[in-house]
Amino acid sequence: MGRLDGLLNTSIGQKLALAASGVALIGFLLVHLLGNLTLFQGPEVMNAYAHWMQTHPLLWAGRVGLVTLFGLHTTLAIRLALENHRARPIRYAAGLRSQDSTFLSRYIVLTGLLVLAFLVYHLLHFTVGAVQPEHARLLDEQGRHDVYGMVVRSFGEPAVAISYLVAMTILGLHLFHGLRSLSQTFGVNHETYVGAIRWAAGGLALAIVVGNASIPLSVWLGWISL
Amino acid sequence: MLDARIPDGPLDEKWQRHRFEMKLVSPSNRRRFRILVVGSGLAGASAAASLGELGYQVDCFCFQDSPRRAHSIAAQGGINAAKNYQNDGDSVFRLFYDTIKGGDFRAREANVHRLAEVSNQIIDQCVAQGVPFAREYGGLLDNRSFGGAQVSRTFYARGQTGQQLLLGAYGALSRQIQAGRVRMHTRTEMLDLVVVGGQARGLVTRHLVSGRIARWAGDAVVLATGGYGNIFYLSTNAIGCNVTAAFRAYKKGAWFANPCYTQIHPTCIPASGEHQSKLTLMSESLRNDGRIWVPLGKDDARAPGDIPEDERDYYLERKYPSFGNLSPRDISSRAAKEVCDEGRGVGPLGRGVYLDFADSIARLGEDTIRARYGNLFAMYEKITGEDPYRVPMRIYPASHYTMGGLWVDYDLMSTLPGLHVIGEANFSDHGANRLGASALMQGLADGYFILPATIGHYLGSASIAPIGTDHPAFDEAEHGVRERIDRLLAIGGRRSVESFHRRLGNLMWEHCGMSRRAGGLRQAIVETQALRAEFWEDARVAGTNESLNVSLERAGRVADFLEFAEVLCWDALQREESCGAHFREEHQTPEGEAARDDDRFAHVSAWEYRGVGTKPVEHREPLVFENVALATRSYK
Amino acid sequence: MNFTLVVWRQARAEETGRMVEYRVEDVSPDMSFLEMLDVLNEDLIVSGEEPVAFDHDCREGICGMCSLVIDGVPHGPERATTACQLHMRHFKDGATITIEPWRAKAFPVIRDLVVDRRALDRVVQAGGYVSINTGSAPDANSIPVAKHDADVAFQAAECIGCGACVAACPNASAMLFVAAKTQHFARLPQGQPERTRRTINLVEAMDREGFGACTNHYECAAACPKEIPVRFISDLNRDFIKAAAHHGRFGTLPPQGDLEE
Repeated sequence: MGRLDGLLNTSIGQKLALAASGVALIGFLLVHLLGNLTLFQGPEVMNAYAHWMQTHPLLWAGRVGLVTLFGLHTTLAIRLALENHRARPIRYAAGLRSQDSTFLSRYIVLTGLLVLAFLVYHLLHFTVGAVQPEHARLLDEQGRHDVYGMVVRSFGEPAVAISYLVAMTILGLHLFHGLRSLSQTFGVNHETYVGAIRWAAGGLALAIVVGNASIPLSVWLGWISL
Repeated sequence: MLDARIPDGPLDEKWQRHRFEMKLVSPSNRRRFRILVVGSGLAGASAAASLGELGYQVDCFCFQDSPRRAHSIAAQGGINAAKNYQNDGDSVFRLFYDTIKGGDFRAREANVHRLAEVSNQIIDQCVAQGVPFAREYGGLLDNRSFGGAQVSRTFYARGQTGQQLLLGAYGALSRQIQAGRVRMHTRTEMLDLVVVGGQARGLVTRHLVSGRIARWAGDAVVLATGGYGNIFYLSTNAIGCNVTAAFRAYKKGAWFANPCYTQIHPTCIPASGEHQSKLTLMSESLRNDGRIWVPLGKDDARAPGDIPEDERDYYLERKYPSFGNLSPRDISSRAAKEVCDEGRGVGPLGRGVYLDFADSIARLGEDTIRARYGNLFAMYEKITGEDPYRVPMRIYPASHYTMGGLWVDYDLMSTLPGLHVIGEANFSDHGANRLGASALMQGLADGYFILPATIGHYLGSASIAPIGTDHPAFDEAEHGVRERIDRLLAIGGRRSVESFHRRLGNLMWEHCGMSRRAGGLRQAIVETQALRAEFWEDARVAGTNESLNVSLERAGRVADFLEFAEVLCWDALQREESCGAHFREEHQTPEGEAARDDDRFAHVSAWEYRGVGTKPVEHREPLVFENVALATRSYK
Repeated sequence: MNFTLVVWRQARAEETGRMVEYRVEDVSPDMSFLEMLDVLNEDLIVSGEEPVAFDHDCREGICGMCSLVIDGVPHGPERATTACQLHMRHFKDGATITIEPWRAKAFPVIRDLVVDRRALDRVVQAGGYVSINTGSAPDANSIPVAKHDADVAFQAAECIGCGACVAACPNASAMLFVAAKTQHFARLPQGQPERTRRTINLVEAMDREGFGACTNHYECAAACPKEIPVRFISDLNRDFIKAAAHHGRFGTLPPQGDLEE
C-alpha cells in the first residue's frame, strides 16, 4: 500500500486531510477577504481588482481548484461524521451530558453544512447573479463589471445584509473550532506556546468574520454608499 | 515428612547449581508442550509471557474481562530489590535476612535466598519494559525505605507500583498473544483440576458469559490465582478474589500449607455500614504523624472534637511508650480490635479508632501535612465525606494478604506432579508474615525467572503420556462441575449468597482473625459447618448456567470459602504458638508480644484433604535454619 | 435516601434490551454507587429475579473494571472518580438516576450493564509494549531517563483501561486510550526503537475495531478517572505525522493472534 493511501485509510490520516483542506480554505478566505476589503478604497480600486481577476487566464483553473477543495473538505467531513455516527449504533437513552466539549465542536458538521448552503447562496448572488439580477450586471463608467455598485446596492437591502451577517456569524463559529483545533490536530502543543497559538487561532477566526461582516454592516449603516 | 527437594550446596550457590543440574527442553521441542496458566496477575501474566517467549504453547485463563485487571494492580507501595543503588549497605544476603526475619522464621531459607538473588533481575526486566519507576533528577532510579526497612531498597511508581508492574507483564503477555504463542481466555473461571495418573493434566472451566463448560488438556498446570483474604468477606482484596482454583486443586490432592498465616493491615478505612462490600487500604505512613486514640468511656457518642483531652485514651502510646503510634502492624491491629471489643470503638459500627492529625497540624502547619499526605487525605474524604484536616480520620484493620497457600517444593511444584503454584497462591517465601513491598517481588520472581526454568525440568524429566480431553478423568471432572452447578441452582432458598459470605466473614474475623484462641477456633469450626449446611439449604441462586450469571459465580466461590474456612481454623488451632501474623492469645509474653515456639513449630504444616467436614491430615516440612540465627523481636 | 433507578436490562448479547425502572430504599449516603446496586441486587435475588449484571472488581478505583454511564456521564457526575468510588451522598434524595452501559460499536453489550472491552486488549496486542524477552534486560540504571520524561510517561501510563473515554466521546473514539498507550512509551528511551511502528499499528488496530475518529471534543479527558490530558492525543497526532513522513509503513498490521472463543 502506498504511504498516502495508507495514511488516508486511517482515522488520523483522514482527520489530517480534513484539517489540511480546511487550512487551504482558510487561505482562500483570507485572500477573498483582502479582495473584499478593496470596497473601502472606493469603486475604482474594487472594480479594477475585480476586472483583473475576472479576466485572468487562470480564473477557471482557480475556480476548479476551489470547488475541488470545498468538495474534498465537505466529503471528508461528511464521511468522518458518518463513520463516527456508526461507531455508536445505540445511543444513550439519557443522552450524553456534555462536560468539556463546546457546542462549537458538537455542531461543527451543522455549521459546516450551513456555511456550504451560504456558499451556494453567495455564488448565486454575486457570481451567477440569480438572487438580485437587477444589481448583478451593471457596468461602471469604464465598461467594467460594477462589482462595487452590485455589493453596495445589494447590502442596501436590510434582509440581504442581515442574511450575510448571520452567515458570517455561523462561518465564525465553524472557523473558531477549526482553527483552535489545528494545533491539537497537527501536534503543535508545546506547553509554553500552545496557549498563545490557540489565542492567535481564535483571533484569526474572529478577524475573518469581523472583516467580512464589516462590509454589509458599513453599507447598512451608511458608511459606504454609491 | 515432606521433602522440599532443596538443592545441595551453600545457600548462595543452590539456585545457580540447580539451574545447571535441571533438565532442559530443547527449543524445537518446547512447542510440543502445552502449559495451562490460571490467573493473569503479576505471577500469571509474567509466567505465561515468559513461557510463550521460550516457545511453549500456553493457554492463560482469567475471570476478569482483561488480563490487565488482576488485583496485583492495587498494590501501592513498591517492590524490593537488593540493588544497593543507594550504597546504604544493602545486599542479597541482607534482603534475604530481612525477609526471613520478617516472616518470623517460618519460611524456607533456600527459597527466600533465591528470591533475593532474582530481585535485581526483576527491576532490570521491568525498566526495560518501560515501567515508569520514580526517578531522581539525575535520571537514575529512586528508592525509598519501606515498611521499617533500614535500607532504601524499594522501587516505586507513585502509589501505583502494582498497576505499573502489571501493565509491564500484561504488555509482555499481549506480545505473546499477538505472536500466537499464548491463547488468552478472559471471563473464564477454572472450576476443577484434572488429574491423570497422579499428574495434573488439565482443567475444566466455565465461560462466565456463555456458561459453556470446557475442557483443557495440557502437559502441566500453573496456578497463579492469588490469595484467599476474601474469606473475611471484608478485605482490601478485589471483590472477585477467591480461593476456588487453589481449593479445587487441594481437593484433587495438592496439599495446602500454612493457611492460618493471614496478614492484617492496620490502616484501612472502616466499614460505614452493613452494606460495605470492601475496605480500602491507606498507606501506613499516616501513622508517622497521626495519633491514635479512642474515648476513655464506653459508647461515647460525642463528636471527637467534643471529647476533652483527659477523656481520650491514646492506647498505643500508653501501652507501647517507645514505639507508640508506630508499633508494628500486628500489635497495633490487635490493640485496635481490643479497644473496639471493649465498646470504645468509634464510627457508625463502633469498629474504628481515631487517627488524629490535630497535633501535627498545630505543630507543622496544614501545608506540611498536605504536602506529605494530600493524596491520602483526598482519598479518605472521597470515601467518607469527612475532611481529615478538621475531623480525625477513622481507621480499622482489615485482611490484606495471605501468606499461606498451596504447598510447593523448591521448584514451585505442588504435591501433585505437574501442578505448579506461583505468586500469592503458593506459600513459599513469606513465612508467617510478609514484608512490605515483597509481594510484587515474589510474584514476578516466580513468574519471570523461577517457574520458566523449573517447569522445563519437570517437562524434561517426567514421563507425560499424550492424552486428549476425551480421557475419562475429564468426563469425571466435568460431571462433578456440572453437578455442583446444578445443585447450587437448585437450592431455591430464601437468602442471598452475599449474606452467607458476610456471616462467614464475621465468624472468621471474630475467631480466626488477628487474634485466635483454641476455644474460639473450635467454635468457629462447628459454626462454619452449621453455616455451610444452612447455605446448601437456604441460599438463593438466581438464573441459569447458560448466561452471564453473577449470582452463580458468587455462589460457587462462597461455597468453597465455606469449606476452606475449616482448613484455616484447623491450621490455626494446631499451631500452638504465636508467630508473625498468627497470634494465639494463649501464647504471648507477659507484655502481650507474640511467643514463638521454635522447638515445636519450626515447620511448615501442609494439609491433605480427606473429605468435606472431615479434619484434614497434617504433614510437616521441618524448617532448617543454617544461615541465620533465630531471633525474637521486641518493640518495648 | 430513596432513589428511582432506570437501568438498561438486556438478557444477552443477541437480544434487544430496554430501560427498566426500580426503586431502592433506605440507601445510606455513605454507600458507594456499586454498593447501592448491591442492595438492589440482593432485593432482586431474594424476590426471585435475576440481578443486574455490572462489571466491578477492585472497588478502589484502579482496576478499571467498573463501567457505568450514570445520568449520561461515564462513571457519573464526580470528576476524576470511577463509579466504584462515587458515593451516594453526591445524589439528591429522591432522585431518578439513569444507568446505562458503555455505548460503542467496539464495546458490544454482553448483558445488562456489562460490555465486551476486548477491543482495547487487541489494540494493545498490536504493539502497545516494548518487545523484550525475559532475561535480556541490561542493568536498570544503565539508561538514565530525565525525571520530567519519566513523570510524563507515568502520567500516560496511569490509564486504567476502563474505556470511559470511548463511552464519553460523541464519536466513540478511543484516541485518548491509544494516545496514553503510545505516549507512555514514546517518552521513554526504551520505547524509541518501535516508536514509528507502534504508532501506526495501534492507530490501525484502533480503526479496525470500529472506534470513531477524534474531532477534538475533549469529552474523553473530562470523563477520564485518571485525568489523562488531551495533549497526549496531540502528541500522538504529531508522532503519526512523523511516522508517515519518515519511513512508516501502513497496512502491515499483523493479523490478530490466536484468540479465544
